[in-house]
Amino acid sequence: MSAPHLRPSTLVLLLLALQLGALALVLWDTGREHAARRHATRASAQLTRWLGLTDPALFTEAHYTRHPSLHGPQAALFDHPLAQDHFPSGSLLTAPPALAWWRSQALDSIEEQP
Amino acid sequence: MTRWLAQQRYLMDYALAALGRQKGRALGLWAVYALLVFVLASVMLFTQGLRQEVTQVLEHAPEVVVQRLVGGRAALIEPGYAERLGRLRGVQRVAPRLWGYHYDSVHRANYTFMVPTADAPAPGQVLLGQALARQRGAEPGDIVAFNDYTGAVVTYTVAGMLPAASELMSADLLLMNEADFRRFFQLPEGHYTDLALSMANPAEARNVARKIAERLPDARPVLRDELLRSYASVFDWREGMVLAVLSGALLAFAILAWDKASGLSAQERREIGILKAIGWETGDVLRMKFWEGVLLSATAFLAGYVAAHLHVFYAGGALFRPVLQGWGTIYPRFELVPTVDGLQLFTLFFFTVVPFTAAVLLPCWKAAIADPDAVMRS
Repeated sequence: MSAPHLRPSTLVLLLLALQLGALALVLWDTGREHAARRHATRASAQLTRWLGLTDPALFTEAHYTRHPSLHGPQAALFDHPLAQDHFPSGSLLTAPPALAWWRSQALDSIEEQP
Repeated sequence: MTRWLAQQRYLMDYALAALGRQKGRALGLWAVYALLVFVLASVMLFTQGLRQEVTQVLEHAPEVVVQRLVGGRAALIEPGYAERLGRLRGVQRVAPRLWGYHYDSVHRANYTFMVPTADAPAPGQVLLGQALARQRGAEPGDIVAFNDYTGAVVTYTVAGMLPAASELMSADLLLMNEADFRRFFQLPEGHYTDLALSMANPAEARNVARKIAERLPDARPVLRDELLRSYASVFDWREGMVLAVLSGALLAFAILAWDKASGLSAQERREIGILKAIGWETGDVLRMKFWEGVLLSATAFLAGYVAAHLHVFYAGGALFRPVLQGWGTIYPRFELVPTVDGLQLFTLFFFTVVPFTAAVLLPCWKAAIADPDAVMRS
Protein backbone atom coordinates (compact mmCIF):
# COMPACT_ATOMS: atom_id res chain seq x y z
CA MET A 1 0.00 0.00 0.00
CA SER A 2 1.51 3.32 -1.06
CA ALA A 3 1.86 6.26 1.37
CA PRO A 4 -0.87 8.92 1.02
CA HIS A 5 0.20 11.79 -1.23
CA LEU A 6 0.57 15.01 0.77
CA ARG A 7 -0.04 18.33 -0.89
CA PRO A 8 2.97 20.73 -0.87
CA SER A 9 0.98 23.23 1.20
CA THR A 10 0.27 20.54 3.83
CA LEU A 11 3.98 19.78 4.11
CA VAL A 12 4.96 23.45 4.41
CA LEU A 13 2.16 24.22 6.87
CA LEU A 14 3.30 21.25 8.95
CA LEU A 15 6.86 22.62 8.85
CA LEU A 16 5.57 26.05 9.86
CA ALA A 17 3.56 24.56 12.73
CA LEU A 18 6.67 22.68 13.89
CA GLN A 19 8.71 25.86 13.78
CA LEU A 20 6.04 27.82 15.66
CA GLY A 21 6.09 25.02 18.24
CA ALA A 22 9.89 25.44 18.49
CA LEU A 23 9.43 29.22 18.92
CA ALA A 24 6.87 28.58 21.67
CA LEU A 25 9.44 26.30 23.35
CA VAL A 26 12.05 29.08 23.08
CA LEU A 27 9.66 31.58 24.68
CA TRP A 28 8.77 29.05 27.39
CA ASP A 29 12.51 28.50 27.93
CA THR A 30 13.08 32.22 28.52
CA GLY A 31 10.21 32.34 31.01
CA ARG A 32 11.15 29.35 33.18
CA GLU A 33 13.21 29.53 36.34
CA HIS A 34 16.61 28.13 35.16
CA ALA A 35 17.57 27.34 38.73
CA ALA A 36 21.13 26.27 37.85
CA ARG A 37 21.85 29.44 35.87
CA ARG A 38 20.27 31.71 38.48
CA HIS A 39 22.53 29.93 40.97
CA ALA A 40 25.51 30.91 38.78
CA THR A 41 24.40 34.55 38.84
CA ARG A 42 24.06 34.38 42.63
CA ALA A 43 27.50 32.74 42.93
CA SER A 44 29.04 35.51 40.81
CA ALA A 45 27.24 38.17 42.87
CA GLN A 46 28.45 36.58 46.11
CA LEU A 47 32.05 36.49 44.84
CA THR A 48 31.75 40.10 43.67
CA ARG A 49 30.58 41.16 47.13
CA TRP A 50 33.31 39.13 48.89
CA LEU A 51 36.21 40.38 46.77
CA GLY A 52 34.84 43.80 45.76
CA LEU A 53 35.16 42.98 42.04
CA THR A 54 34.45 45.68 39.48
CA ASP A 55 34.68 43.94 36.09
CA PRO A 56 33.83 40.61 34.45
CA ALA A 57 36.79 38.49 33.28
CA LEU A 58 35.74 38.56 29.63
CA PHE A 59 38.88 40.06 28.05
CA THR A 60 42.09 39.03 29.77
CA GLU A 61 44.51 40.03 27.02
CA ALA A 62 45.44 43.51 28.33
CA HIS A 63 45.11 45.34 31.64
CA TYR A 64 42.76 47.97 30.29
CA THR A 65 40.50 45.37 28.67
CA ARG A 66 40.45 43.24 31.84
CA HIS A 67 39.38 46.15 34.06
CA PRO A 68 38.02 48.84 31.73
CA SER A 69 36.14 50.53 34.57
CA LEU A 70 39.37 51.26 36.46
CA HIS A 71 41.61 52.19 33.56
CA GLY A 72 39.68 54.85 31.68
CA PRO A 73 39.28 55.19 27.92
CA GLN A 74 42.76 56.67 27.36
CA ALA A 75 44.58 53.61 28.78
CA ALA A 76 45.43 52.19 25.37
CA LEU A 77 47.42 55.35 24.58
CA PHE A 78 49.59 55.38 27.69
CA ASP A 79 52.86 54.49 25.98
CA HIS A 80 52.78 57.60 23.80
CA PRO A 81 50.04 59.83 22.40
CA LEU A 82 49.93 58.11 19.01
CA ALA A 83 50.22 54.57 20.36
CA GLN A 84 47.79 52.26 18.62
CA ASP A 85 45.56 49.91 20.48
CA HIS A 86 46.85 46.64 19.08
CA PHE A 87 44.69 44.24 21.10
CA PRO A 88 41.60 43.00 19.21
CA SER A 89 39.31 43.46 22.24
CA GLY A 90 40.09 47.17 22.24
CA SER A 91 38.13 47.58 19.02
CA LEU A 92 35.13 45.97 20.67
CA LEU A 93 35.49 47.62 24.02
CA THR A 94 36.67 51.18 23.54
CA ALA A 95 33.99 53.69 24.38
CA PRO A 96 32.62 55.74 21.48
CA PRO A 97 33.42 59.49 21.54
CA ALA A 98 29.91 60.27 22.81
CA LEU A 99 30.41 57.93 25.74
CA ALA A 100 33.85 59.34 26.50
CA TRP A 101 32.26 62.79 26.48
CA TRP A 102 29.50 61.54 28.77
CA ARG A 103 32.06 60.02 31.09
CA SER A 104 34.03 63.23 31.36
CA GLN A 105 30.77 65.10 31.98
CA ALA A 106 29.86 62.63 34.71
CA LEU A 107 33.20 63.17 36.43
CA ASP A 108 32.84 66.95 36.02
CA SER A 109 29.38 66.80 37.58
CA ILE A 110 30.90 65.07 40.61
CA GLU A 111 33.31 67.96 41.00
CA GLU A 112 30.79 70.69 40.28
CA GLN A 113 27.88 69.47 42.35
CA PRO A 114 27.33 71.77 45.37
CA MET B 1 -14.81 30.54 5.26
CA THR B 2 -14.05 26.94 4.31
CA ARG B 3 -14.12 27.95 0.65
CA TRP B 4 -11.73 30.84 1.35
CA LEU B 5 -9.33 28.55 3.21
CA ALA B 6 -9.45 25.97 0.42
CA GLN B 7 -8.69 28.72 -2.09
CA GLN B 8 -5.67 29.87 -0.05
CA ARG B 9 -4.43 26.28 0.14
CA TYR B 10 -4.60 25.99 -3.66
CA LEU B 11 -2.76 29.29 -4.03
CA MET B 12 -0.08 28.04 -1.63
CA ASP B 13 0.20 24.80 -3.61
CA TYR B 14 0.67 26.76 -6.77
CA ALA B 15 3.25 29.11 -5.17
CA LEU B 16 5.22 26.15 -3.82
CA ALA B 17 5.12 24.40 -7.17
CA ALA B 18 6.46 27.63 -8.74
CA LEU B 19 9.29 27.71 -6.18
CA GLY B 20 9.91 23.99 -6.84
CA ARG B 21 10.53 24.74 -10.49
CA GLN B 22 13.56 26.79 -9.38
CA LYS B 23 14.54 24.60 -6.47
CA GLY B 24 18.24 25.54 -6.31
CA ARG B 25 17.55 29.26 -6.38
CA ALA B 26 14.77 29.08 -3.80
CA LEU B 27 16.74 26.85 -1.41
CA GLY B 28 19.83 29.07 -1.74
CA LEU B 29 17.80 32.17 -0.92
CA TRP B 30 16.12 30.42 2.02
CA ALA B 31 19.51 29.30 3.42
CA VAL B 32 21.07 32.79 3.13
CA TYR B 33 17.94 34.30 4.68
CA ALA B 34 17.96 31.88 7.65
CA LEU B 35 21.72 32.39 8.14
CA LEU B 36 21.33 36.17 8.21
CA VAL B 37 18.54 36.00 10.81
CA PHE B 38 20.66 33.52 12.80
CA VAL B 39 23.67 35.86 12.93
CA LEU B 40 21.66 39.01 13.72
CA ALA B 41 19.56 37.26 16.38
CA SER B 42 22.68 35.65 17.90
CA VAL B 43 24.32 39.07 18.34
CA MET B 44 21.16 40.54 19.88
CA LEU B 45 20.50 37.62 22.24
CA PHE B 46 24.14 37.28 23.33
CA THR B 47 24.51 40.99 24.08
CA GLN B 48 21.17 41.13 25.86
CA GLY B 49 22.00 38.06 27.99
CA LEU B 50 25.48 39.32 28.84
CA ARG B 51 24.21 42.82 29.67
CA GLN B 52 21.58 41.40 32.00
CA GLU B 53 24.06 39.05 33.72
CA VAL B 54 26.79 41.65 34.22
CA THR B 55 24.31 44.27 35.44
CA GLN B 56 22.84 41.90 38.03
CA VAL B 57 26.28 40.88 39.28
CA LEU B 58 27.84 44.35 39.37
CA GLU B 59 25.04 45.61 41.59
CA HIS B 60 27.12 43.94 44.31
CA ALA B 61 30.34 45.79 43.37
CA PRO B 62 31.78 48.34 45.84
CA GLU B 63 29.74 51.56 45.99
CA VAL B 64 32.85 53.66 45.36
CA VAL B 65 36.38 52.57 44.41
CA VAL B 66 39.06 55.20 44.98
CA GLN B 67 42.29 55.15 43.00
CA ARG B 68 45.25 57.47 43.42
CA LEU B 69 46.63 59.02 40.25
CA VAL B 70 50.23 60.08 39.69
CA GLY B 71 51.01 61.51 36.27
CA GLY B 72 47.64 60.30 35.02
CA ARG B 73 48.36 56.70 35.97
CA ALA B 74 46.98 54.70 38.87
CA ALA B 75 49.53 54.66 41.69
CA LEU B 76 49.70 52.87 45.03
CA ILE B 77 47.58 54.17 47.90
CA GLU B 78 49.99 55.51 50.51
CA PRO B 79 49.74 55.06 54.30
CA GLY B 80 47.28 57.52 55.86
CA TYR B 81 45.14 57.87 52.73
CA ALA B 82 42.50 55.37 53.88
CA GLU B 83 42.24 57.08 57.28
CA ARG B 84 41.61 60.47 55.63
CA LEU B 85 38.80 58.99 53.54
CA GLY B 86 37.36 57.17 56.55
CA ARG B 87 36.90 60.52 58.31
CA LEU B 88 34.56 61.83 55.56
CA ARG B 89 30.94 62.04 56.67
CA GLY B 90 28.84 59.34 54.97
CA VAL B 91 31.66 56.84 54.61
CA GLN B 92 30.83 53.77 56.65
CA ARG B 93 33.81 51.57 55.86
CA VAL B 94 37.04 51.81 53.89
CA ALA B 95 38.37 48.46 52.70
CA PRO B 96 41.89 48.66 51.24
CA ARG B 97 42.21 46.31 48.26
CA LEU B 98 45.34 44.52 47.16
CA TRP B 99 45.37 43.20 43.63
CA GLY B 100 47.68 43.20 40.63
CA TYR B 101 48.41 41.62 37.29
CA HIS B 102 50.92 38.91 36.58
CA TYR B 103 51.95 37.90 33.08
CA ASP B 104 52.86 34.25 32.85
CA SER B 105 55.33 34.09 29.96
CA VAL B 106 55.24 30.28 29.87
CA HIS B 107 51.49 30.09 29.30
CA ARG B 108 51.33 33.54 27.72
CA ALA B 109 48.46 34.53 29.96
CA ASN B 110 47.58 37.47 32.19
CA TYR B 111 46.38 36.54 35.66
CA THR B 112 44.80 38.78 38.29
CA PHE B 113 46.31 38.19 41.74
CA MET B 114 44.12 39.35 44.58
CA VAL B 115 43.94 39.37 48.37
CA PRO B 116 40.44 38.82 49.81
CA THR B 117 39.57 41.30 52.55
CA ALA B 118 38.13 38.39 54.57
CA ASP B 119 38.72 34.61 54.64
CA ALA B 120 42.07 34.80 52.82
CA PRO B 121 43.91 31.51 52.13
CA ALA B 122 46.59 30.35 54.58
CA PRO B 123 50.21 31.40 53.91
CA GLY B 124 51.68 29.46 51.00
CA GLN B 125 48.24 28.51 49.70
CA VAL B 126 46.20 29.90 46.83
CA LEU B 127 42.66 29.63 45.45
CA LEU B 128 42.41 29.51 41.66
CA GLY B 129 39.79 30.64 39.18
CA GLN B 130 38.52 27.73 37.07
CA ALA B 131 39.87 28.96 33.72
CA LEU B 132 43.32 29.63 35.20
CA ALA B 133 43.37 26.18 36.82
CA ARG B 134 42.22 24.58 33.57
CA GLN B 135 44.96 26.30 31.61
CA ARG B 136 47.70 25.17 34.02
CA GLY B 137 46.14 21.75 34.57
CA ALA B 138 46.09 22.41 38.34
CA GLU B 139 43.97 20.45 40.83
CA PRO B 140 43.48 21.06 44.58
CA GLY B 141 46.62 19.89 46.40
CA ASP B 142 48.91 20.55 43.41
CA ILE B 143 51.85 22.94 43.53
CA VAL B 144 51.85 25.94 41.18
CA ALA B 145 54.98 28.01 40.52
CA PHE B 146 55.39 31.62 39.37
CA ASN B 147 58.34 33.98 38.93
CA ASP B 148 57.94 36.76 41.46
CA TYR B 149 59.08 40.38 41.02
CA THR B 150 62.64 39.59 42.14
CA GLY B 151 62.82 36.90 39.45
CA ALA B 152 62.81 34.06 41.97
CA VAL B 153 60.52 31.08 41.52
CA VAL B 154 57.89 30.85 44.24
CA THR B 155 55.57 27.93 44.74
CA TYR B 156 52.12 27.77 46.28
CA THR B 157 49.82 24.89 47.15
CA VAL B 158 46.42 24.97 45.49
CA ALA B 159 44.01 24.98 48.43
CA GLY B 160 40.93 24.94 46.21
CA MET B 161 39.08 26.39 43.30
CA LEU B 162 36.72 29.33 43.08
CA PRO B 163 33.17 28.20 42.24
CA ALA B 164 32.76 27.15 38.61
CA ALA B 165 29.40 28.94 38.61
CA SER B 166 31.16 32.29 39.14
CA GLU B 167 33.59 31.87 36.24
CA LEU B 168 32.37 34.94 34.38
CA MET B 169 33.82 37.04 37.22
CA SER B 170 36.64 34.80 38.46
CA ALA B 171 38.16 33.05 35.41
CA ASP B 172 41.68 34.51 35.78
CA LEU B 173 41.73 35.14 39.54
CA LEU B 174 44.34 33.81 41.94
CA LEU B 175 43.63 34.54 45.60
CA MET B 176 46.43 34.57 48.16
CA ASN B 177 47.01 36.09 51.58
CA GLU B 178 48.42 39.56 52.19
CA ALA B 179 51.93 38.54 53.27
CA ASP B 180 52.40 36.33 50.20
CA PHE B 181 51.07 39.08 47.93
CA ARG B 182 53.44 41.71 49.36
CA ARG B 183 56.39 39.34 49.04
CA PHE B 184 55.45 38.39 45.46
CA PHE B 185 55.04 41.96 44.19
CA GLN B 186 57.68 43.49 46.53
CA LEU B 187 54.97 45.81 47.86
CA PRO B 188 55.89 47.85 50.96
CA GLU B 189 53.76 47.57 54.10
CA GLY B 190 50.89 50.07 54.42
CA HIS B 191 50.54 50.52 50.64
CA TYR B 192 47.48 49.29 48.79
CA THR B 193 46.26 49.07 45.18
CA ASP B 194 43.02 50.99 45.75
CA LEU B 195 40.23 51.47 48.28
CA ALA B 196 36.66 50.16 48.27
CA LEU B 197 34.24 52.42 50.14
CA SER B 198 30.88 51.47 51.66
CA MET B 199 28.38 54.23 52.35
CA ALA B 200 26.09 54.57 55.35
CA ASN B 201 23.46 55.71 52.84
CA PRO B 202 24.11 54.48 49.26
CA ALA B 203 22.24 57.50 47.87
CA GLU B 204 25.06 59.65 49.29
CA ALA B 205 27.74 57.99 47.11
CA ARG B 206 27.82 60.87 44.59
CA ASN B 207 28.15 63.51 47.31
CA VAL B 208 30.92 61.55 48.97
CA ALA B 209 32.70 61.21 45.61
CA ARG B 210 32.47 65.01 45.21
CA LYS B 211 33.99 65.52 48.65
CA ILE B 212 36.78 63.07 47.82
CA ALA B 213 37.55 64.96 44.60
CA GLU B 214 37.65 68.24 46.59
CA ARG B 215 39.82 67.10 49.47
CA LEU B 216 42.10 64.66 47.67
CA PRO B 217 42.74 66.12 44.18
CA ASP B 218 44.95 63.17 43.23
CA ALA B 219 42.12 60.70 43.92
CA ARG B 220 39.89 59.24 41.23
CA PRO B 221 36.58 57.96 42.59
CA VAL B 222 34.74 55.39 40.47
CA LEU B 223 31.06 55.13 41.38
CA ARG B 224 29.15 51.86 41.11
CA ASP B 225 26.30 53.63 39.31
CA GLU B 226 28.76 55.01 36.80
CA LEU B 227 30.25 51.56 36.39
CA LEU B 228 26.82 50.03 35.70
CA ARG B 229 25.96 52.74 33.19
CA SER B 230 29.35 52.40 31.50
CA TYR B 231 28.89 48.65 31.11
CA ALA B 232 25.38 49.08 29.73
CA SER B 233 26.81 51.57 27.19
CA VAL B 234 29.78 49.34 26.40
CA PHE B 235 27.47 46.41 25.56
CA ASP B 236 25.28 48.69 23.43
CA TRP B 237 28.42 49.91 21.69
CA ARG B 238 29.72 46.39 21.16
CA GLU B 239 26.37 45.21 19.80
CA GLY B 240 26.28 48.26 17.56
CA MET B 241 29.82 47.56 16.33
CA VAL B 242 29.00 43.96 15.41
CA LEU B 243 25.73 45.00 13.79
CA ALA B 244 27.58 47.70 11.86
CA VAL B 245 30.00 45.06 10.56
CA LEU B 246 27.04 42.83 9.73
CA SER B 247 25.24 45.64 7.95
CA GLY B 248 27.38 44.76 4.91
CA ALA B 249 25.89 41.27 4.97
CA LEU B 250 22.44 42.77 5.47
CA LEU B 251 22.91 45.00 2.43
CA ALA B 252 24.19 42.08 0.36
CA PHE B 253 21.07 40.14 1.35
CA ALA B 254 18.86 43.09 0.53
CA ILE B 255 20.43 43.26 -2.94
CA LEU B 256 20.00 39.52 -3.39
CA ALA B 257 16.39 39.59 -2.22
CA TRP B 258 15.58 42.65 -4.31
CA ASP B 259 17.21 41.11 -7.35
CA LYS B 260 15.31 37.87 -6.87
CA ALA B 261 12.04 39.51 -6.04
CA SER B 262 12.00 42.58 -8.26
CA GLY B 263 13.70 41.31 -11.35
CA LEU B 264 10.88 39.16 -12.64
CA SER B 265 12.28 36.86 -15.28
CA ALA B 266 10.67 36.70 -18.70
CA GLN B 267 9.36 33.26 -17.74
CA GLU B 268 7.73 34.60 -14.56
CA ARG B 269 6.19 37.51 -16.44
CA ARG B 270 4.83 35.15 -19.09
CA GLU B 271 3.48 32.93 -16.32
CA ILE B 272 1.58 35.85 -14.80
CA GLY B 273 0.26 36.80 -18.22
CA ILE B 274 -0.99 33.27 -18.85
CA LEU B 275 -2.63 33.11 -15.41
CA LYS B 276 -4.44 36.37 -16.13
CA ALA B 277 -5.40 35.16 -19.59
CA ILE B 278 -6.99 31.94 -18.23
CA GLY B 279 -9.08 33.89 -15.77
CA TRP B 280 -7.01 34.60 -12.63
CA GLU B 281 -7.86 37.89 -10.96
CA THR B 282 -5.08 40.37 -10.13
CA GLY B 283 -5.87 39.69 -6.46
CA ASP B 284 -5.34 35.93 -6.97
CA VAL B 285 -1.91 36.53 -8.51
CA LEU B 286 -0.96 38.84 -5.66
CA ARG B 287 -2.24 36.40 -3.02
CA MET B 288 -0.26 33.60 -4.65
CA LYS B 289 2.91 35.74 -4.58
CA PHE B 290 2.12 36.86 -1.03
CA TRP B 291 2.09 33.24 0.10
CA GLU B 292 5.35 32.63 -1.73
CA GLY B 293 7.02 35.49 0.15
CA VAL B 294 5.45 34.70 3.51
CA LEU B 295 6.19 30.98 3.48
CA LEU B 296 9.80 31.52 2.42
CA SER B 297 10.54 34.35 4.84
CA ALA B 298 8.55 33.06 7.84
CA THR B 299 10.14 29.60 7.75
CA ALA B 300 13.62 31.12 7.27
CA PHE B 301 13.04 33.61 10.10
CA LEU B 302 11.80 30.97 12.53
CA ALA B 303 14.63 28.57 11.66
CA GLY B 304 17.25 31.34 12.09
CA TYR B 305 15.82 32.63 15.36
CA VAL B 306 15.42 29.23 17.04
CA ALA B 307 18.96 28.24 15.92
CA ALA B 308 20.30 31.53 17.37
CA HIS B 309 18.63 30.81 20.73
CA LEU B 310 20.23 27.35 20.84
CA HIS B 311 23.60 28.79 19.79
CA VAL B 312 23.67 31.54 22.41
CA PHE B 313 22.06 29.82 25.39
CA TYR B 314 22.95 26.16 24.86
CA ALA B 315 26.21 26.24 22.89
CA GLY B 316 27.70 29.12 24.91
CA GLY B 317 27.77 31.49 21.89
CA ALA B 318 30.58 29.34 20.46
CA LEU B 319 30.88 31.40 17.27
CA PHE B 320 31.51 34.62 19.24
CA ARG B 321 34.18 33.12 21.47
CA PRO B 322 37.16 33.83 19.14
CA VAL B 323 35.98 37.44 18.75
CA LEU B 324 35.57 38.03 22.48
CA GLN B 325 38.71 36.12 23.48
CA GLY B 326 40.95 38.22 21.24
CA TRP B 327 44.57 37.44 22.04
CA GLY B 328 43.78 36.45 25.61
CA THR B 329 44.48 32.80 26.40
CA ILE B 330 42.03 32.63 29.29
CA TYR B 331 38.33 32.75 28.58
CA PRO B 332 35.52 31.96 31.03
CA ARG B 333 32.94 29.25 30.46
CA PHE B 334 29.56 30.64 31.35
CA GLU B 335 25.92 30.03 30.59
CA LEU B 336 23.64 32.99 30.20
CA VAL B 337 20.08 33.01 31.53
CA PRO B 338 17.81 32.84 28.43
CA THR B 339 16.14 36.15 27.86
CA VAL B 340 13.98 37.61 25.13
CA ASP B 341 13.10 41.21 24.45
CA GLY B 342 9.71 41.38 22.72
CA LEU B 343 10.53 44.66 21.00
CA GLN B 344 13.85 43.27 19.76
CA LEU B 345 12.12 40.16 18.39
CA PHE B 346 9.49 42.27 16.66
CA THR B 347 12.13 44.62 15.20
CA LEU B 348 14.11 41.73 13.80
CA PHE B 349 10.92 40.19 12.35
CA PHE B 350 9.79 43.50 10.91
CA PHE B 351 13.09 44.34 9.24
CA THR B 352 13.61 40.91 7.71
CA VAL B 353 10.16 39.53 6.79
CA VAL B 354 8.22 42.65 5.79
CA PRO B 355 10.72 44.13 3.26
CA PHE B 356 11.18 40.77 1.60
CA THR B 357 7.45 40.15 1.25
CA ALA B 358 6.98 43.68 -0.07
CA ALA B 359 9.85 43.21 -2.54
CA VAL B 360 8.12 40.05 -3.83
CA LEU B 361 4.71 41.69 -4.14
CA LEU B 362 5.50 45.02 -5.81
CA PRO B 363 6.87 43.83 -9.19
CA CYS B 364 4.15 41.17 -9.38
CA TRP B 365 1.50 43.78 -8.83
CA LYS B 366 3.01 45.81 -11.68
CA ALA B 367 2.96 42.78 -13.99
CA ALA B 368 -0.47 41.66 -12.80
CA ILE B 369 -2.24 44.94 -13.52
CA ALA B 370 -0.86 45.11 -17.05
CA ASP B 371 -2.67 43.72 -20.08
CA PRO B 372 -2.05 39.92 -20.23
CA ASP B 373 -1.34 40.03 -23.94
CA ALA B 374 1.27 42.78 -23.50
CA VAL B 375 2.86 40.96 -20.55
CA MET B 376 3.15 37.71 -22.51
CA ARG B 377 4.62 39.47 -25.52
CA SER B 378 7.11 41.64 -23.56
